[in-house]
Amino acid sequence: MSWFQKIIPPKIQRRVQAAKKVVPEGLWSKCDSCEEVLYRAELEKNLNVCPKCGHHNRIGARQRLELFLDAGSAQEVGANVLPVDTLKFKDSRKYSERLTEATKEVEESDALLVMQGTLKGQAMVAAAFEFRFMGGSMGSVVGERFARGVSAAMEARAPFVCFAASGGARMQEGLMSLMQMAKTSAALTHLSAYRLPFISVLTDPTMGGVSASFAMLGDVIIAEPNALIGFAGPRVIEQTVREKLPEGFQRSEFLLEHGAVDMIVDRRELRTVIAQLCAQMTHKDAPAA
Amino acid sequence: MKTTFLDFEQPIAELEAKIEELTSMQSNSDPSGDGKGVDLSDEIARLRKKSATLIKETYAKLNAWQISQVARHPQRPYSLDYIREIFTDFNELHGDRYFADDPAIVGGMARLAGEPVMVIGHQKGRDTRERQYRNFGMPRPEGYRKALRLMRLAEKFQLPVFTFIDTPGAYPGIDAEARGQSEAIARNLYVMAELKTPIICTVIGEGGSGGALAIGVGDVVTMLQYATYSVISPEGCASILWKSADKAPLAAETLGITANRLTSLGLVDKVVAEPLGAAHRAPEVMFESLRASLAESLAEVRERSLDVLLNQRFSRLMSYGKFKETRAR
Repeated sequence: MSWFQKIIPPKIQRRVQAAKKVVPEGLWSKCDSCEEVLYRAELEKNLNVCPKCGHHNRIGARQRLELFLDAGSAQEVGANVLPVDTLKFKDSRKYSERLTEATKEVEESDALLVMQGTLKGQAMVAAAFEFRFMGGSMGSVVGERFARGVSAAMEARAPFVCFAASGGARMQEGLMSLMQMAKTSAALTHLSAYRLPFISVLTDPTMGGVSASFAMLGDVIIAEPNALIGFAGPRVIEQTVREKLPEGFQRSEFLLEHGAVDMIVDRRELRTVIAQLCAQMTHKDAPAA
Repeated sequence: MKTTFLDFEQPIAELEAKIEELTSMQSNSDPSGDGKGVDLSDEIARLRKKSATLIKETYAKLNAWQISQVARHPQRPYSLDYIREIFTDFNELHGDRYFADDPAIVGGMARLAGEPVMVIGHQKGRDTRERQYRNFGMPRPEGYRKALRLMRLAEKFQLPVFTFIDTPGAYPGIDAEARGQSEAIARNLYVMAELKTPIICTVIGEGGSGGALAIGVGDVVTMLQYATYSVISPEGCASILWKSADKAPLAAETLGITANRLTSLGLVDKVVAEPLGAAHRAPEVMFESLRASLAESLAEVRERSLDVLLNQRFSRLMSYGKFKETRAR
């Protein structure tokens, strides 16, 4: 508490705190990269891309999808699929507690959000990982919602887009979480049989079991600039090979250079690029600019 | 070969040492072999019996952490041991045709009870040199791409695929990442989900995470009794969630990595019992029971038409996961 807060009377103090709640993270925000202090509303309008240095700050799943799909078109898929603690997993804390806490803090019920809507008029199903929900880790709910998203795309004869942001599989669900890699990858075989495009967008970070399953199976794989993307985490690799990792290792630009992704696209251009690609793959007229 | 004892086997080790001592005393006391030496055979027989009982008792109540040590036992049979003993006419095939041959994954055509098949497995090394050569059973992308090539080959020639899983995980190295470790694993998951030939997977030792699953999607998933299968190693899990690798025994228990636990969770179809004191104590017994199990699994999947086979495989993959469902909003 600052000296100023200490001297204001308790009654006013309460009001100050209540007022704070309305803007929980403050009006101002600092860019993770250039540390420029930015007006939050403006940063959000810019899709959390720093107007000063172009750094792609992380963005919440709901905001991401609502801004990606045409305004007012988005309808959630699989929101009624909710997590359970099958293993009664407990480390320093119970998994069930972690779930409750994440749900409260992030205001999402698990780490994947799926929406059905349109993109520049084209029918589209899009999924996005919520990294703030337990590091975007993939458990049963993520796998099931992903599979339902793919089914929804097949029913609507729509392309499927997924924005990945995940540390990998959710350890608290044991082997069941590993099996979500197989489940999500298998779901894509059916989408493919319908000749519907799957566009995988890799955002910061896309690691472990998510990277080593559907995320690398896009018909087109797009990365956002400077995202960390890889199978093993940099620390694990460093410990294994006992040498310093090269500059830019496992970043989007490294992956592009090594042929692992098709393109790096600025977040502000994703709507245009994905709409064009999907229209091309499904033989539709070029979308309006 | 002398058995290597694990930490929890120390009482067995002491007993065995005593038996060995007595055995050598007996033969030393009677160098001419004319029967005039000290007769210790009753005592030796008694101790042998005691040792067998002790092994039985110890193994009857192994915890998850102990099982994970058995799964990594340095004398445990590896993929090539099973392949050579269970199959005939094995011709190893090498290379991914793009970059290199990865010795951490082996594969090739062979016969099971006369029938031509494809076999693929992780391969660990026996001694320091071979361990290094096999990279401790940790494949690089070219290993997974070799496996993929062999699976495609099997599909083309209608050969059932048998995979043997035994890896700490995919190799976390700079070169592996640069060549697309993630994509290599992902591609295998995708292709195995739709491969038009039966796939029968067996976890024979360590089923380490994505590196294991990359050859582990199939129609029948079998585990040996003391094999483990986990999303992360107990040590890795402990150091992340408990911030201390010392908690690995606790992590092993919590993660539910044993064959019995995974069977009850519906993730594994069959468990093949191991001989007394695990596979390394009587490999030939293990080979025989796994041979029988694999033949049985093959007969089962052979009964399904290709459509049924693929539908069942797909439904099974889609059924993975435990969640609750509220009424749709």
